[in-house]
Amino acid sequence: MNCFRKLFLILTLVVFAPVLCNAQSEDKSFNASELVMEHIRDSHEWHITGEGENAIVIPLPVIVYTNAGFKAFLSSDFAEEKDGMKIASNGLALAEEGKYAGKVLEKSESGEYEPVKLDISITKTIAVMFVNAIILILCILLPARWYKNRKPSDEAPKGFVGFVEMLVMYVVDDIIKPSIGKGYEKYVPWLLTCFLFIFVCNIMGVVPFPPGGGNVTGNITFTFFLAFCTFVITQFSGNKHYWKDIFWPEVPVWLKCPIPLIPLIEFVGIFTKPFALMIRLFANMLAGHLIGLALTCIIFLMASKGIAMLTGMTILSVSLSVFMTCLEFMVCFIQAMVFTMLSAIFIGMARTEPAEE
Amino acid sequence: MDLLYPSVGLLFWMSVVFFIVFLILWKFGFPAIINMVNERKAFIDESLENAKKANEKLVNIKEESESILQEARAKQAEILREAAATRDAIVKDAKDKADAEGAKIIEEARAQIQKEKEAAVADIRKQVTQLSVEVAEKILRKELASDNKQMDLISRLLDEVTVSK
Repeated sequence: MNCFRKLFLILTLVVFAPVLCNAQSEDKSFNASELVMEHIRDSHEWHITGEGENAIVIPLPVIVYTNAGFKAFLSSDFAEEKDGMKIASNGLALAEEGKYAGKVLEKSESGEYEPVKLDISITKTIAVMFVNAIILILCILLPARWYKNRKPSDEAPKGFVGFVEMLVMYVVDDIIKPSIGKGYEKYVPWLLTCFLFIFVCNIMGVVPFPPGGGNVTGNITFTFFLAFCTFVITQFSGNKHYWKDIFWPEVPVWLKCPIPLIPLIEFVGIFTKPFALMIRLFANMLAGHLIGLALTCIIFLMASKGIAMLTGMTILSVSLSVFMTCLEFMVCFIQAMVFTMLSAIFIGMARTEPAEE
Repeated sequence: MDLLYPSVGLLFWMSVVFFIVFLILWKFGFPAIINMVNERKAFIDESLENAKKANEKLVNIKEESESILQEARAKQAEILREAAATRDAIVKDAKDKADAEGAKIIEEARAQIQKEKEAAVADIRKQVTQLSVEVAEKILRKELASDNKQMDLISRLLDEVTVSK
């Protein structure tokens, strides 16, 4: 189920509550947690709306490395349903339930279905990320083109270009510059890309219809990648003082020799910092998606409890959803900012010179 | 729980997409915006500096013009004063000259008059002498018409000369 249908249903339910109420109660029971998890999880197809036969689905390319080498085909090939799996014409299967749910499987020599060796399919999250990347590039390159034929003495940009300029200069001047300090220029492209990428993905995640609605920043792989990059940059930016502070900090000798207590803590600290970055962004964005979906699910859960209950809860749910979406837009910005700021601070901390006595 | 495990495929595409985006933005996106903003900042600073300088210049020019005006006024007053002095001097000179000329003329006239007067007096005296001689001649002629009387006179004259001796 997708956000678009969610929104559409909210609107239609308010108007046609009684009719839908009857239809819903005759249907199979509504499974809220499945709906929410389906949205949060990655999948090999882009489900836009509809259920079963009427579903509107964008098939996505499946690229896997099997025992027989690389195979690439569209996910719509998974047509034949058998034993909780969808089997494609080339023999590969997509598990729908069980411990391999959502994974592409192949028949091993023993006849069992096992996960393929390597799965680099363009999943829904990746497709959404492609779209987001294109949007981001357009959002920056179009304003950048605007500057091409203009001189510094010309009027400052207005409208969208002005907004982008303001955003970029805000990140550079108010986040990166004070956090890193002297020599911040070489980190600007990376941190700025991080900020804008996270920001665009966050915003597009709140938009409830395609190409938005994808859970990109609420995916641990995404945040892991960014945090890992920050980790690497931080270690390579570290100066002598940084490493000395980790392995031979200025504490009483018995704290670092013979048992290197503080150095151990400091060393673990190297990894906990980017780990915190990773978890913070992931958890915040995931929670945002979960709350939004959960609030909408109230409507469907209440459908079987009678018209009065349904109408009342629908109004409550819609008003709460509106509030949460507004909050979510704020969180989109704040989380992008926090990630960038913390990355900048970690890099800045690794570069600080010892204070003069 | 699979939410918490990074997936290899996603990681692969993620790094590809992210690095492409990063490179494009790094090469073509950010420099244009940041450089332009920095240049604009520099331009604004420069403009402010220029405006400040221009203002200072303006103040200087104002002061200068004020001083020039002051000078001109002083010069004007001086010229006026000089002109007045010159005028006074000329008038005084002319007056003096006129006085002197007048005095000379009067002197000359006086001298002329004196001369005329003296000439007239001399003339009158001459005429008077002539007249008196003529009168005396006439009187003598009449008195000495007879011989007796001539004799009388001679004798009286002789007497007088002797007596007075």
